[in-house]
Amino acid sequence: MDDFLKPQVIGTRRSFLKTTGAATLAFVSPPLLNETAAETAPMQSEHVWLRINGRAYALDLDPRTTLLDALREHLALTGTKKGCDQGQCGACTVIVNGQRINSCLTLAVMHADDEITTIEGLANGDDLHPMQAAFVRHDGLQCGYCTPGQICSAVAVLTEHKVGWPSYATADVASAPALTDAEIAERMSGNICRCSAYPNIVAAIREVAEGGRS
Amino acid sequence: MKPFRYERAGGVASACSKAARPAAKFIAGGTNLIDLMKLQIETPAHLVDINALPLRGIEETPEQGLRIGTLVTNSALAADMRVRRRYPLLSQAILAGASGQLRNKATTGGNLLQRTRCPYFYDTTKPCNKRVPGSGCAALAGLNRTNAVLGVSDNCIATHPSDMAVAMTALDARVETVASDGATRTIPIDALYRPPGDTRHIETVLAPGELIRSVVLPPPPAGRQLYRKVRDRASYAFALVSVAIIVAHDSNRVQGARAAFGGLAYKPWRSTDAEATLADAALTRASYDAAGTAALKDARGYGHNDFKLLLARRTLRAALADVTGTI
Repeated sequence: MDDFLKPQVIGTRRSFLKTTGAATLAFVSPPLLNETAAETAPMQSEHVWLRINGRAYALDLDPRTTLLDALREHLALTGTKKGCDQGQCGACTVIVNGQRINSCLTLAVMHADDEITTIEGLANGDDLHPMQAAFVRHDGLQCGYCTPGQICSAVAVLTEHKVGWPSYATADVASAPALTDAEIAERMSGNICRCSAYPNIVAAIREVAEGGRS
Repeated sequence: MKPFRYERAGGVASACSKAARPAAKFIAGGTNLIDLMKLQIETPAHLVDINALPLRGIEETPEQGLRIGTLVTNSALAADMRVRRRYPLLSQAILAGASGQLRNKATTGGNLLQRTRCPYFYDTTKPCNKRVPGSGCAALAGLNRTNAVLGVSDNCIATHPSDMAVAMTALDARVETVASDGATRTIPIDALYRPPGDTRHIETVLAPGELIRSVVLPPPPAGRQLYRKVRDRASYAFALVSVAIIVAHDSNRVQGARAAFGGLAYKPWRSTDAEATLADAALTRASYDAAGTAALKDARGYGHNDFKLLLARRTLRAALADVTGTI
């Protein structure tokens, strides 16, 4: 793997931009030029340590930075995708303290004490996480843009199901429901796939839930 | 997003005093607030993070109800076995809202205080009395199919989007708050939301810096509970109409009923008219229709949302039939 994909400690957006070259810089500059300095200048810079995929990163962040932007723009962890940036599509799903969340709707500075897992943290070296392998086996994707979010979400769905959480598809909310296809679909409804690979996504999740390759 | 100063509150008192400053806001889950900040509809100068406050527990009350800390996530509340067994209506309502990811972040207090999903509140090119007081209401003559039909005014026809709050309204929940001067008070959930007046941007009776500390559920009333939601998609969509009902009945007649609607008004709409109509009513379709007619008697459509008058009646009827096992 290329060094770019394995960041150690990366300080600021500026240092990241330096490493990624003029093309990225040109891309991010125009919006900055169109607004007044007063509007874009941060009122404070917040020092924060983020623990991501078992590794600690020190960052100085404008508090406006979402967790998603911290991952992608400051740490080069670009596996987590920005889709709608408003909590509707699920492409930005990451696992925080064992629970899936939309990283676009939370500020990075609010996660100083948290254990964050992104798609980059699921595999063990070259060994894919069982959910990743199942998505490959079942062709649970077409364009692949939503896939990191789908997989992070699916991994957390299995945990939620294992501890007995009900869903809207659960007829008796006091019961511990079986993970039927209807339950999987309902629990995954926060992850949109524009290619509509849903049947294969459900099949991949079902396979992992049932304990492996079917 | 406009720049703001981010501060972590170490205790309830300091959180309240920090948030009592002009243009200060609490942040807990942030799923609604951050979205609105990106659109510059919310532009706080100070953001007071309350996540470190010890308000994340669910405890039994002496009267055998539950006290829910304001930071309890929607997921944790819906999954709590005491809630699932004694207040299944509340679990159902929460699980009917948002997505798994959002419910993991969204909190109890934040859910109550979420802003409307009226498309004209979100569209900053259009007038909106909530967003820009005095600018007018583009929804009145606009694409208003998701808007309110009860408790409306010509200043605003926005709905409150919560499912959770509808169930809590049927359960007679009480909201416990603490103000920046340390004063505490208990507000019946039905009195939390201000009706549309001349100040549509002020949506609740809470004072600046007043923090929802907890929500208390009284012991569950007798009867079966049900939350029924109708929406444009099978999952992950706001209610067009929803209803939370609790019905006690024998084999022939209703003994007592509660009904609250979502998607119809600026707040979860408890219908005492429907409840009065249902008292001692026969378990028949005619009774259920009469309750729906009573609930909607003061309703007013604005064109695209006229369908809600009929849909609300049908949703109530279907819920009553389901919960009583009749027709």
